[in-house]
Amino acid sequence: MKASFGRTGRNLARGAGRLRLLFLMRGTIRVYWRILVAGFRRQSAYLLAAFGGLVANTTFGLLKVAILFATVRAAGGELQGYDVALMSTYIWVSQGLLGSVNLFGRIDIADRIKDGDVAVDFLRPLDVQAAAITTEVGKSLFNLIPRGIPSVLIGGLVVGMALPDHPASYLLGAVSILLGIAISAATVYLVVAAPGFWLVETRGLQILYMVVSGFLAGLFVPIWIFPKWLEMLAQATPFPSMMMYPVDIISGRVDVTESLVLLAVQLAWLAGVGALGQVLTRAGRRHLEVQGG
Amino acid sequence: MTEPIIETTGLTREFKVRDGLKRRTVLAVDDLTLRIEPGEAVGYIGANGAGKSTTIKMLTGILVPTQGSVTTCGLRPVQDRRRLARQVGVVFGQRSQLWWDLPVRESFRILAAIHDLSAAAEKERTDELVERLEMAEFLGTPVRQLSLGQRMRAEMAAALLHSPRLVILDEPTIGLDVLSKQRLREFLVAERRTHGTTLLLTTHDMGDVERLCDRILVIDRGRLAYDGDLPGLSRTVGAERVLVVDLAESIEDLTGIPGTRHLGSEGHGLRQRLAFDAEATTAARVLASVSERAEVLDLTVEEPDIEDVVRRIYAARR
Repeated sequence: MKASFGRTGRNLARGAGRLRLLFLMRGTIRVYWRILVAGFRRQSAYLLAAFGGLVANTTFGLLKVAILFATVRAAGGELQGYDVALMSTYIWVSQGLLGSVNLFGRIDIADRIKDGDVAVDFLRPLDVQAAAITTEVGKSLFNLIPRGIPSVLIGGLVVGMALPDHPASYLLGAVSILLGIAISAATVYLVVAAPGFWLVETRGLQILYMVVSGFLAGLFVPIWIFPKWLEMLAQATPFPSMMMYPVDIISGRVDVTESLVLLAVQLAWLAGVGALGQVLTRAGRRHLEVQGG
Repeated sequence: MTEPIIETTGLTREFKVRDGLKRRTVLAVDDLTLRIEPGEAVGYIGANGAGKSTTIKMLTGILVPTQGSVTTCGLRPVQDRRRLARQVGVVFGQRSQLWWDLPVRESFRILAAIHDLSAAAEKERTDELVERLEMAEFLGTPVRQLSLGQRMRAEMAAALLHSPRLVILDEPTIGLDVLSKQRLREFLVAERRTHGTTLLLTTHDMGDVERLCDRILVIDRGRLAYDGDLPGLSRTVGAERVLVVDLAESIEDLTGIPGTRHLGSEGHGLRQRLAFDAEATTAARVLASVSERAEVLDLTVEEPDIEDVVRRIYAARR
C-alpha cells in the first residue's frame, strides 16, 4: 500500500515535471516568436530601402540571364542538367533570396558588441546568440515580401521560367528557404559577430565572409557547374545550404527524395554553426570588455 | 537578519589597456566589499572612470570579475545571468533598451513577452507605468522620434516593466532638463513607496542623491571611499552651502557674520557671496544678519555639487 502511494507520488511528480517543462517550452516559443515578429516589423520600417534592393536585384538578375543563358546555349542547350528555363528559375529565385539570405556578413549584434550595446542584451533573460539570430531571421522573412516574391514574379513574367513538377517541391522549398536564412544568420553570427568578443574590429572578417559566401553559396553560378574539386570544396562549407540547396528544391531540380536529403544536410549545418556559435559566445563572455562606459 | 540584496567581497576587475605599444593593467574596481539590504536607496557616486559602471556591470552579470565574489538577489550574476535578469531592472542613461524603429508600445509588448508576463499582468503594469510616467501621448511614436525626456521615461518604464526587486540606474537623469528630472525622481519615489523596490543609482547630480537616496557610497579609483548618509558626507567633507545676496546699495564686504565665510563681492558690493556650514547655522539666520546691514533685493542658495564633494573626499585621501 505504502509502496503504491510512493509510486503514485513519484508519477505525479514526474507528471508535474513534464508539465513544467511544457510550460517552459511554451514560454520560450512565445518569447522568440515575439522577437521574430519584432525583427520582421523593424524591417518593415525600411520599405523604400527594400524597393531599392529589388531594383538592384532585378538589374543583376537580367545581367545573369544574359550571361548564363548564353553559356547554356553555347553548351548546346543543356549544361549540367540546366536548360534555359531551369537556369531562369535558378537566377530569379537566387536573386529573390538575396534580400533574405545573409551573404553580406552584416549583423546588428556585431555592431552592438563593438559599441558596447551588447550590455543591454546581456541584461535580458535570453540567450544572446539565439535572440540575435531570431531577430535577423525575422528581418529576412520580411524582406521576402518586397524583394523575394516580386523578384521571382518579375523574372517569371519577363523572362519565363520552369516550374517544379511535384507540388511537394513548394512546401519542401519553403522549409529549405527558412533553413537557409537561419543558417546564414547563424554563420554570420559565428564568423563575424562572435569574434568581436576578442577583436575590436571585425570588418575584415565581414569582407572576407562577403567575398567567399556569395561564390560558394551559388549566387553567381550554380555550384554544379563548378569544376569537381571546387564543387566539393563548396559542399564542405555551410554556404550551399544557404542558397543553392533551397533553390534546387523549390525549382524542382532535385526530386522529393533528394530534397529530403538536402534538408537533412541543412539541419546538420544549422546545428553545427549554432553549436559553435554558442561555444564561442560562452568563451567570449569572459573576454567581454564593454566599450564606451 | 534578512539576506542582503547585493553583497560583494573583495570584488576586483582589471582591464588591459593598450598604451602605445605597451599594454598595461588598469584596476577599474579594486577590492570592493559592500552590502546592500532590500529596500535601501543607495547613491553610488564618484568621478568619471572611478569604477561605478564597471561595478554595476559586475553586479548584473555583464562583466566577469577578475577576483572576489558577488551575489545579487541571492544569485551568482555570471552563472545565473538569465534568472537574475528577471529580478533586476537596469537603465543605462547612455544606452537604449528600446527598439529604435518600433513604436514605444511595441517595445513594451516585446519586453513583456521576454519577461513572460501574463496578459493581465502586462496590461496592469503597462497601464500603471504609462499613467505614472505620463507616456500616453507618445506610446504610438517610434522610439527614434522621441525627445530625450520622453525617451528616458520610456527607458525607465522598460526597465521596470517586470517589477524588478532591484533597480539599478546608471546616470538616469543625464542631459535632462529640470522638469524632466523632477518627474523621473517623483516617479522613482512613488515606485519605491508602492513596491518597496531597492534602488542603486549612479549620478553626477546632487539633486538625484538628495531626493532619492538614504545612503551614499563614494568610490575613488575603484575603492570605497565613503559609506554613510548624506548629512554625514557633508560633515566629513565640510561641504558648505553658498548664499548669494543682491543688495539695494553697495556696502562693504559682509565679513564677521557668525558661521559664514565671505567668498567675494561684485559690483562694488551689490552682490556678495557667503559660504556657510549648514551644521553651524541656517540660511535664515545668515539672511537675518545680512538684512541688518543692508536691504536684500534677491537671493539664491547654492548647494554643494557632487563633483565638489567627491573632489574633497578624494583630496582628503591623498
